[in-house]
Amino acid sequence: MPKRSFPVGTFILSVLVIIGLAVMIFRYVNGLGAISNLSDGRPWGLWISFDLYCGVALAAGGFTLAGAVYIFNLKKYHSVVRPAVLTAFLGYTLVILALLVDLGQPWYIWHIIINWNIHSPLFEVGMCVMSYTAVLALEFSPAVFEGLNKSNLPVVKRINWHIPWRVIRAIQIPLVIAGVVLSTLHQSSLGSMLLMMPETLHALWYTPILPILFLTSAIAVGPAMVIFESTLSTRVFGHKLDIDVLSGLARAIPYILGLYLLFKVFELTAVGELGLIFTAYPQNLLWWGEIIVGVIAPIILFSIPNMRQNRNIVFWTSVLIVVGLMFNRFNVSMLALGMRPGYIYFPHWMEFAISLGLVADALIVIWLAHRFLPIVSHENSVEAIAYRENGQKSIISPEA
Amino acid sequence: MSIAVLYDATKCIGCRACQVACKQWNEMPREMTTNQGTYENPPQLSASTLTKIRFREVEDNGKFHFVFNKVQCMHCEHPACAAACPVGALKKTPDGPVIYDDNICFGCRYCMVACPFGIPTFQWDSPLPWIRKCTFCAGRQSNGLKPACVSACSTGALKLGEREELIAEARERIAASPEKYVNHIYGENEAGGTSWLYLSPVPFEKLGMPTLGSEPVTLDVERAMGAVPPVLLGVATVMSGIYWLVKRRERIRREKADAKEEVTK
Repeated sequence: MPKRSFPVGTFILSVLVIIGLAVMIFRYVNGLGAISNLSDGRPWGLWISFDLYCGVALAAGGFTLAGAVYIFNLKKYHSVVRPAVLTAFLGYTLVILALLVDLGQPWYIWHIIINWNIHSPLFEVGMCVMSYTAVLALEFSPAVFEGLNKSNLPVVKRINWHIPWRVIRAIQIPLVIAGVVLSTLHQSSLGSMLLMMPETLHALWYTPILPILFLTSAIAVGPAMVIFESTLSTRVFGHKLDIDVLSGLARAIPYILGLYLLFKVFELTAVGELGLIFTAYPQNLLWWGEIIVGVIAPIILFSIPNMRQNRNIVFWTSVLIVVGLMFNRFNVSMLALGMRPGYIYFPHWMEFAISLGLVADALIVIWLAHRFLPIVSHENSVEAIAYRENGQKSIISPEA
Repeated sequence: MSIAVLYDATKCIGCRACQVACKQWNEMPREMTTNQGTYENPPQLSASTLTKIRFREVEDNGKFHFVFNKVQCMHCEHPACAAACPVGALKKTPDGPVIYDDNICFGCRYCMVACPFGIPTFQWDSPLPWIRKCTFCAGRQSNGLKPACVSACSTGALKLGEREELIAEARERIAASPEKYVNHIYGENEAGGTSWLYLSPVPFEKLGMPTLGSEPVTLDVERAMGAVPPVLLGVATVMSGIYWLVKRRERIRREKADAKEEVTK
């Protein structure tokens, strides 16, 4: 075995996690005011824009890929479903962890289960976050059972992990359908939440079709996110991913982004506010920023077949889409949302510390999962292939 | 039959007795502030200041006005905060007040973001924080008392009454001395109407009141939320249908392939 160099990456991630935890404890003792620049004029800040709005949208790879493979039967993408579902699950876990910091009294979160205000979009968001996180955990659980099955620990070995594995496999399709339904509702309800602010959200972004725009952009960013993280994980863990899979995903994206652009421009035209994209300085710069970076450039790049064959271009174009989407979510939930007069907001360093700590958490879990669980390699086990092709009740492979 | 208050800025002398009465009745602590070069203090509403008098020096139609403006929860007819609250901790009562229940809230602050008047505040420095806003002294009112601020008002700038009657009275006041008022009863239609009504000698935007349409701000949300059940059922049906169709097509293809194989054998 080659000598290991000092694990710089692991060290940095651990430090970020520890700082995040320390800030979290400080918050529970001293209140939100002590660790954030949030105020009555800007009650929602970095955590809502980044962890909730971006986090949920970037988790869209889970339901788009699971839907494509298990419902539309596009077997080609089977190899990226597990990483996508894992990323989605971690994304949602991060949302929940961020809310544990952001909510004033998170220990009362269960109130949402008994006190329903079915007219509130945030009620819908809360319900979807809870149930979809559970669905994602179940969707991912076969990988955990397979991992446990291979374990040599005597205690773990005594349990027959085939049984829960088979149970989950049996309800896989209903799970995937539930995931698609919950995601459709959830992605769009984040847009519905902003419909409450017709007077404070800038006219370039406020539209009654915000829920539809949110859903469309989430579906577009799902495959881009899968390209992004599977490219990174192949680099880090040294697997090889078929360029066919990447370029196939890339080919679908321009259609969805095109639809999104069409909705956006058509809506502005319909209400006679298209002129704002030239006149509403400086907001129009934000608008053009997200449209050029996250929509127009990727549509052009992914429409050229040669570009789709180049791993680097595919990767960087996906980065553009992800950045553009984050730009959009920050615009609608922070930058283009009016504040009460007399207030200013820029996130406190401890707000950044919380968000960075949570991202570091996720990266560590992804690293551990790839190290100990069959995330990518489960593809190649004989049984898995046999199961997929013949629908046989196979045993779990004891892969050496 | 809902209760409302009419605030007439031309009768207000800026004594802030209402502000003090509110603090006393609600047992709110003082706030440390710095001199901002104005009598107006504190500068903003907060979780320990539920109402305040705003001071404005306004030039309008070539005339100088030193005008006052009382700020507190408007107690909307269609409150965005109550529609936003995921757990229903905020509610519009039939009598008029929009009330808040500590025992249900978990501190998401969506009400603060949703409010078109920018009113609800949060206890930022408490480890057990709640939302705070004017309660319209719902407790006092249900015991036959006027709200603390109204009781304290010595000039008659604040008047409690039936909303419809107060609107009629406000119209009469404008008609009786049109040179004294702008012809606008703020709160009659703003955001679908509010339980607090305002008369002013200068346009309301110059008093720092937001310019709002007459539709409730909750309209689009109501439409979107109404679409949730059909979308839920629709997506579930379509997805199951697609799954069934794709599987069926694949089975037929496989059967055909098998049949061919047998023929060639």
